Amino acid sequence: MSAPVSGRTVTLTLNGETHEHEVEARRLLVHFIRDDLELTGTHVGCDTGNCGACSVILDGRLVKSCMLLAIQADGCSIETVEGLANGDELHPLQQAFSAHHALQCGYCTPGMLMSAKYLLDNNPEPTEGEIRRAIQGNICRCTGYVNIVAAVAATARGEVSA
Amino acid sequence: MSETVVAPAPVEVAAPAEAYKGRSVPRKEDRRLVQGQGVFFDDLRRHGMGYVHFVRSPYAHAAITGIDVSKAMALEGVYGTLIGEEVAALTDPFFELSTPPGADIKDYALAVGKVRFQGEPVAAVVGATRELARDAAELVEVSYEPLPTIVDGEAALAEGAEILHEEAGSNVVWSGTFDWGDYEAALAEADRVVRIERLHFHRFSSTPLECSGCLVEYERATGQWTIYGNHQMPGIGAIWMGPSLRCGLDKLRFVSHDIGGGFGNKICLHPYYVACCLLARKLKRPVQWTEWRSDQHMANAHGNERTFLEVEVPVSADGTMLGFSVRAIDDCGAFPRYEPLGAIIWAQVTPGVYRWRNIRVDFTQVCTNKSPVSPNRGYSRMQHLWLTERIVDIVALELDLDPVEVRKRNFIRADEMPYETPNGCVYDSGDYALCLDRALELIGHDRLEERRREAAERGKLLGLGIGSTLDSGTNNFGQSQLLNPELQFSGNNEVATVKLDLFGELVVTLGTVPQGQGHETVAAQVVADILGVSPDDIHVRPGHDSYWNSHAGFSGTYASQFAVTGLGAVKGATELLADQIKRLAAVILGVGDPAAIELAEGHARLRDNPEAALPFMACGAIINANNAGLPPELDDVTLNCRYVFRPHFEVPDKERNFGNLTLTYATQIHACVIEVDRETGVTEIVDYAAVDDCGTRIHPQIVEGQVHGATAQALGAAIHEAFVYDEDGNLLTPNFYDYHVPHALDMPPMKNGYIESPSPFSPLGAKGMGEGGGAGIHAVCAALQDALRVAGRPIVDTSHNPYHRVWQLLRDPEATRRLVRVEQR
Repeated sequence: MSAPVSGRTVTLTLNGETHEHEVEARRLLVHFIRDDLELTGTHVGCDTGNCGACSVILDGRLVKSCMLLAIQADGCSIETVEGLANGDELHPLQQAFSAHHALQCGYCTPGMLMSAKYLLDNNPEPTEGEIRRAIQGNICRCTGYVNIVAAVAATARGEVSA
Repeated sequence: MSETVVAPAPVEVAAPAEAYKGRSVPRKEDRRLVQGQGVFFDDLRRHGMGYVHFVRSPYAHAAITGIDVSKAMALEGVYGTLIGEEVAALTDPFFELSTPPGADIKDYALAVGKVRFQGEPVAAVVGATRELARDAAELVEVSYEPLPTIVDGEAALAEGAEILHEEAGSNVVWSGTFDWGDYEAALAEADRVVRIERLHFHRFSSTPLECSGCLVEYERATGQWTIYGNHQMPGIGAIWMGPSLRCGLDKLRFVSHDIGGGFGNKICLHPYYVACCLLARKLKRPVQWTEWRSDQHMANAHGNERTFLEVEVPVSADGTMLGFSVRAIDDCGAFPRYEPLGAIIWAQVTPGVYRWRNIRVDFTQVCTNKSPVSPNRGYSRMQHLWLTERIVDIVALELDLDPVEVRKRNFIRADEMPYETPNGCVYDSGDYALCLDRALELIGHDRLEERRREAAERGKLLGLGIGSTLDSGTNNFGQSQLLNPELQFSGNNEVATVKLDLFGELVVTLGTVPQGQGHETVAAQVVADILGVSPDDIHVRPGHDSYWNSHAGFSGTYASQFAVTGLGAVKGATELLADQIKRLAAVILGVGDPAAIELAEGHARLRDNPEAALPFMACGAIINANNAGLPPELDDVTLNCRYVFRPHFEVPDKERNFGNLTLTYATQIHACVIEVDRETGVTEIVDYAAVDDCGTRIHPQIVEGQVHGATAQALGAAIHEAFVYDEDGNLLTPNFYDYHVPHALDMPPMKNGYIESPSPFSPLGAKGMGEGGGAGIHAVCAALQDALRVAGRPIVDTSHNPYHRVWQLLRDPEATRRLVRVEQR
């Protein structure tokens, strides 16, 4: 019997850029993104999949990147908060979050934005209840969600103001 | 002056107005944070950095009989370890604030000889990766001999109870009696005396989403540590750490950039930071520690748990409350780290919002085998205000009075402001009755009975509850001397610097350590108004760095004080700078009197001839790079101004426990309408209003955001969140599965209202705010009390009322009815 493989090469696309990297088999995707690929916008808040600060979009699906191993993302395409803006122009959700004061400390914000983007990509005209359900997996300890819900609704209505 | 705003305040984009204060300008912080470009401590990397993992005790109370790190050290990639014996040799115990017995407690960075709570760090391992450090930690062999466990504050005081700290000889940290007014006379005068045997305020915390941590570098040449972390009160952190590490405070550089929420929970990080400092020095490499979520829940920062015994309330026949007396037992967990300050902080709001003149409080703080506490949003006042609000509702219930009317009868009145409390605190301004009216309007109080009937038809009990809090801000640290007369702390201070640099850059540094409160934005508003520029023209450096020289002993963000101390310092520094610019311009423009100069549109110009103007850029260039020939009267002009704001406080009278303990008092009156399912105990908040009065609002949208967040934390605590221990001291809620914080679907619809009662004591009429969320806990308890009036009148005797607790109250109201007696005179 051969020894178990302790690592392998992972190739994936991150915000449109291809990366190839040696990675330990047990490395969590979130630590791979943060520590190996050095994109620190994606955060860790709970280690148990509850808080959603690590939410990213993987092949069109919203996932918590602390609940996946990096090797499971081999061959995948990932979007993180760093990919939202178009150069200097903020994504409408980013503009709306600022305009509606939907963030305070900003720690949950990257994950919250990715959940909101996933919602609007799949349901461009959500009700308030649908917005709340869409961000149900993202904990915010600062805002009570009031202004986050307002910001997502305003984005859906096309009211972008910065 | 008052106003009500029900809809969220809109953001204003254009900037033609003269004043930026009072406007919700876009936050400066947002652009980086929405792009994931914030810099949190865990985002930092250093060459050769090692990752720290703490080995923690599985036992709540045990003697350590041996630690063997050899197997961990043998693992490739492990850089080194640290154990309690080394800590005891290399450091001194942390300074204790208490008089004996608490003063005799020995608290070190790692457990020495004994563990006293589950999760207490006993050793640290440093490895090349997070995963490796964790693997190595599992190889550290620690031998324990378990000891009897105390998980209850009252049990800690029992005869023959196991003693946690042998050197203290008692589980008591501090105890004392406070007696104000003439309580015995009030008792004699009363028509009724309401007695409540026991009330309990439970253990929870704000659990910031970013866990604690730091990256520490040690510079051998100077013996200096640089700590990139998220300590929210580094001034005090340094006071603990320096003497322990046997170094001057100049050897401890604290840096923070963005911090992912604090809420007081990041004030007691000094044990972990000292361990990391020792490791960085020992291993000759930068070390990084990121707390795991379960570590934060087990072993960092719980809120104070408090039991109120023998509550006694003398009342007149008309419902006027004459005073109260109580015996309070505060459980601070295994070590009194920031404690026993909680044994006095409540006294900032001794009578709450009521006209009680005769108050007696017997206060004892004890240690138990649970996580140490740390200040938690609403620190110590929240527990005490919950007591006052429970008293009001229980008295109303027992005397068959309307709780709303009892409040109105007993509120301190607006025409009594400034109001001196029985213990000498001065409530600066406020109108509690008006706030209550606004809250009642917002929830449609006039339809209450109709809604009760309508709910009853659906099998639901509907109740209305009011929760009142005072958010006392800007501490007089002299109150610590009421606990320990030997302490050399009093007053308060905060620092800011404002400079005009060579190319005209306006740069502000703050001593405050923001964690999401928008200090960069609000400071820029204040500077902009004084210098006649736009907030966009001002660079407020994010975060905190003790190299900036913009800090003092009490620097930090805590205890609702930024709007007073932080902005007071910004205003002071900017006025100094404005004065220097005018003096310089007067010389350059050839007018004798600086008063002839005004600052507007980025220029210093003549008031009566705006064409004669000197751009700020020229001012900066002249002083910094082109200063030959300047007259000697400008020798002191640096265009780099530092100001220390010190509110005027006296040291309180230690004999009478009397004096002003805080400068400002923001008001929160919350109204909660709750429905209770009679069969299951499931509750739903169907209407909620929060009315806030924090004086002059500098940035209304930020104020409203604070109200939203504080309310959410309160509702979470009232219904879901609790740090629950079993009898062996095992924490049963060590992560976000078991410790349920509100999610988006848990939050009820919220209505907000405001009045503005400017503070006569603060530089901008503003009051610190943000910690008033305790009102939500009080309001939920009051609403339950009201709803259950028709279900056997149980007493809501705890601050934590999840559905199963409500079901118990419904099933067996007599179990809590027994807690209350009314003596008719």
